[in-house]
Amino acid sequence: MVGKIHSFETFGTVDGPGIRFVIFMQGCCLKCKYCHNRDTWSVHSGKMITVEELVKEIIKYKSYMDSSGGGVTVSGGEPLLQTDFICELFKELKKHNIHTAIDTAGSIPVSYEIKELLKYTDLVLLDIKHIDNEKCINLTSAPNKNTLEFAQYLSNLNVPVWIRQVLIPGYTDDKFDLKRLKDFIDSLKNVEKIELLPYHDLGKFKWAEFQDEYALEGVKSPTQAEIEAAKAILGIDL
Amino acid sequence: MRFEEWNNFNSGSWENEVNVRDFIQKNYTPYEGDSSFLADATEKTTKLWEEVLELYKKEREAGGVLAISNDIASTISSHEAGYIDKNLEEIVGLQTEEPLKRAIMPNGGIRIVEKSCEAYDQKISDKLADVYHNYRRTHNDGVFTAYTPEIRAARSSHLITGLPDGYGRGRIIGDYRRVALYGIDFLVAKKKKDLEELNHASITEELVRAREEHFDQISALEELKVMAKKYGFDISRPAKNAKEAVQWTYFGYLGAIKEQNGAAMSLGRVASFLDIYFERDLASGVLTETDAQEIIDHFVMKLRMVRFLRTPEYDALFSGDPVWVTESIGGMGIDGRTLVTKNSFRVLHTLETLGPAPEPNLTVLWSTKLPKGFKNYCSKLSIKTSSIQYENDDLMREYWGDDYGIACCVSAMRIGKQMQFFGARANLAKTLLYAINGGRDEISGKQVTDKTIPVTSEYLDYDEVWEKFDKMCDWVARVYINALNIIHYMHDKYCYEKLEMALHDREILRTMACGIAGLSIVADSFSAMKYAKVKVIRDATGLAVDYKVEGDYPQYGNDDDRVDSIAVDIVKMFMKKLQKQPTYRNSKPTMSILTITSNVVYGKATGTTPDGREAGSPFGPGANPIHGRDTHGALAVLNTMTKLPYKYAEDGISYTFAIIPKALGRDEKSRVSNLTALLDGYFSKFSHHINVNVFDRALLEDAMEHPEKYPQLTIRVSGYAVNFVKLTREQQLDVINRTIHENI
Repeated sequence: MVGKIHSFETFGTVDGPGIRFVIFMQGCCLKCKYCHNRDTWSVHSGKMITVEELVKEIIKYKSYMDSSGGGVTVSGGEPLLQTDFICELFKELKKHNIHTAIDTAGSIPVSYEIKELLKYTDLVLLDIKHIDNEKCINLTSAPNKNTLEFAQYLSNLNVPVWIRQVLIPGYTDDKFDLKRLKDFIDSLKNVEKIELLPYHDLGKFKWAEFQDEYALEGVKSPTQAEIEAAKAILGIDL
Repeated sequence: MRFEEWNNFNSGSWENEVNVRDFIQKNYTPYEGDSSFLADATEKTTKLWEEVLELYKKEREAGGVLAISNDIASTISSHEAGYIDKNLEEIVGLQTEEPLKRAIMPNGGIRIVEKSCEAYDQKISDKLADVYHNYRRTHNDGVFTAYTPEIRAARSSHLITGLPDGYGRGRIIGDYRRVALYGIDFLVAKKKKDLEELNHASITEELVRAREEHFDQISALEELKVMAKKYGFDISRPAKNAKEAVQWTYFGYLGAIKEQNGAAMSLGRVASFLDIYFERDLASGVLTETDAQEIIDHFVMKLRMVRFLRTPEYDALFSGDPVWVTESIGGMGIDGRTLVTKNSFRVLHTLETLGPAPEPNLTVLWSTKLPKGFKNYCSKLSIKTSSIQYENDDLMREYWGDDYGIACCVSAMRIGKQMQFFGARANLAKTLLYAINGGRDEISGKQVTDKTIPVTSEYLDYDEVWEKFDKMCDWVARVYINALNIIHYMHDKYCYEKLEMALHDREILRTMACGIAGLSIVADSFSAMKYAKVKVIRDATGLAVDYKVEGDYPQYGNDDDRVDSIAVDIVKMFMKKLQKQPTYRNSKPTMSILTITSNVVYGKATGTTPDGREAGSPFGPGANPIHGRDTHGALAVLNTMTKLPYKYAEDGISYTFAIIPKALGRDEKSRVSNLTALLDGYFSKFSHHINVNVFDRALLEDAMEHPEKYPQLTIRVSGYAVNFVKLTREQQLDVINRTIHENI
């Protein structure tokens, strides 16, 4: 089985518990204005790699996963565009007793393949782009219907989930929206953690490389006070 | 024998023979908890430390040296008592009669002392100059009477560098704990008995030397008593409480640094030994935790004030003013109990009570089995101060037992049972260039080594160059050990460390500690020959002076076996050549992969190399890849390090790591646990050493522009720590250009 990856990071410490081998899959179906991995969008580029090659690479770092309670996170791009590949990968990782996570926007309708994949998935990092559908379309070019349904589906299956929300001043920091998000999260029974990710523009340079206009030009990272206010609404410990 | 000072201590063979390890094992209290018991600095500590900081400031303003004791050749008891502020000091003792005033120790070499004085517009007294120029030969003079032409050539061309032939060799750790546990009289009695026994039917040269050395050791111990007396202490008897135990131990160390200006004057492994005294006093109620911390703070303050007079060139080579007061902390006992005690925490806690500092060189002996609370405290302090280095206790315990310490940066030795003949390092990158050029220097064009057949082809052929490199290494290893044999013969003769050796057993293991620089460059060069094409560019005389690499090749430091295996082969090959050489006093050759910060200086003296590195640019420090070549992330480069075999580099493999705080995790808690996990993962794979730096590049850039804002900013370099603002600009840039792992 062959997959198309953008790159991997061997010392991931921000995408799931512990030290993680993070695989960035190539290809995404959203067009988030704040995307910091603009270079992972195209389904026509990327590097082909087999499950076997990837597992061989991952195993090299197992001692760090073991010592930290870490594992492997498949991020992107949108990993659910290559569900079969990831499913095969996770099956192999489970043989080595490695914790598996996917970092997804959940914007693909729940399919047979996704259901199969979830059997081998220990954790889903679910990025809810926006709780408000109109605003979500504005921000990502797609509605949030699939994401919210996916969240519900995971809840029904009781798959552990970390909900993530990027805090972008002027886009996702509306108090009312955050309250709605919190209510939605409270309706789920499988959420282990909520992560509020302050927006940064460190990926901006990648847009220039694609000669794309960066729509969030001039938008600043949220201040500490803004972050704390949003965290309070979402019930995240300060 | 039973002293009343030993009341409440458990008995053991330590009472009848000098055996500190046995005393520790029978008496210490492992501590499995966290750091919550620690006390803050007392008012007295803070006040005294402020006075020390003020002295530091004066020292900086004076151009780096505050004062020189230029009319006394320093001995253990040559100077009168000195104080910072007598009323505030819990632990006393300075190298001279004034704080930060530097002593001179001409036995190592008179010229270096004179040069150092001149650099600070001073002169040694006429009387001393007369004695050392006309009547008393020094180590330095001795060496040059015996150096051969080939040693001189290898030395002046920087093929073999940093040799301790003009200064004290250092890297010997006296077992200073013995002073506290036994008192001097007991130790003298034992040494006298040793001397008596050094008497066989045939008095050989070896025996003559041993007898003379023992005589000197005994006189050094007596002299130490005299020195302590000047401070009002009678150390003929054992220490009776915690404060005395610290004071006695420090007196032992102080005697050593009054007598020797060694390149590295390490302390050993005193924290958990001293803990036994603290526990006894805490239990009997005569001491509180606050008192205990105060004593340790004052002790560490003294260790931070150790100064030697050195030339500005020496300081440029080693960055700042290093002393390598290395204290080894933690580790596990061979019986499975941890050697971490509350005092291990107290010593580390000085990074908080007094703030970060490069000295003492705090070295944590890491085991995956260390208590979690201790591991996390170390990680927390590393993140906060970048002042700690870590070495693999699970690995070294197999070699050295559970009472070894680290000398200098990465050299492990059993305390009081082992010493080393420090041998700096051979420049393997230059050796490779000589192999290609038939033994001619790539910069001067001079024939340095025996003439060999140079490479004449347009492109370098891996097999041909390897064969020539292998042969050139034969020459280098032979000349290198020859130089060290001369150096250590002369050092023993003219600059013998009588006090440090008095705090050793009679029979000891001596290692001949060689080293290599440029490992990553040589590995990458061969990788380039094998996986890309390397075109040679020669000058009119046929000398290869430049190389063009055509194509990509796997680079060292990315966990790629194709090149990492070449590095392993180089290490094994060179070590095996060292092992073939006859050595002074039958010392056991060992090897380190360590450059300290001289990677910059070595780079300057080395031409363009076949890996594409430009002439004059820095080497990677220690076992590090060249800056920027480790492109596969933090763990990939760590994995490369785990492949280097300690068995062939028993004197240590230094790796310096830098990461931005954010890349360790989102919040402090996850950063601490991730760093702990990183160290566990790294050391579980038999790697040897890591310097951990946690900072943002921007911070260093700001410190370069505004040094006054960062007087205590400390960073770890190859095997030790430095005050960032004391580095030369060139070294600062080198540090800033290093790979700092970040991810977003």
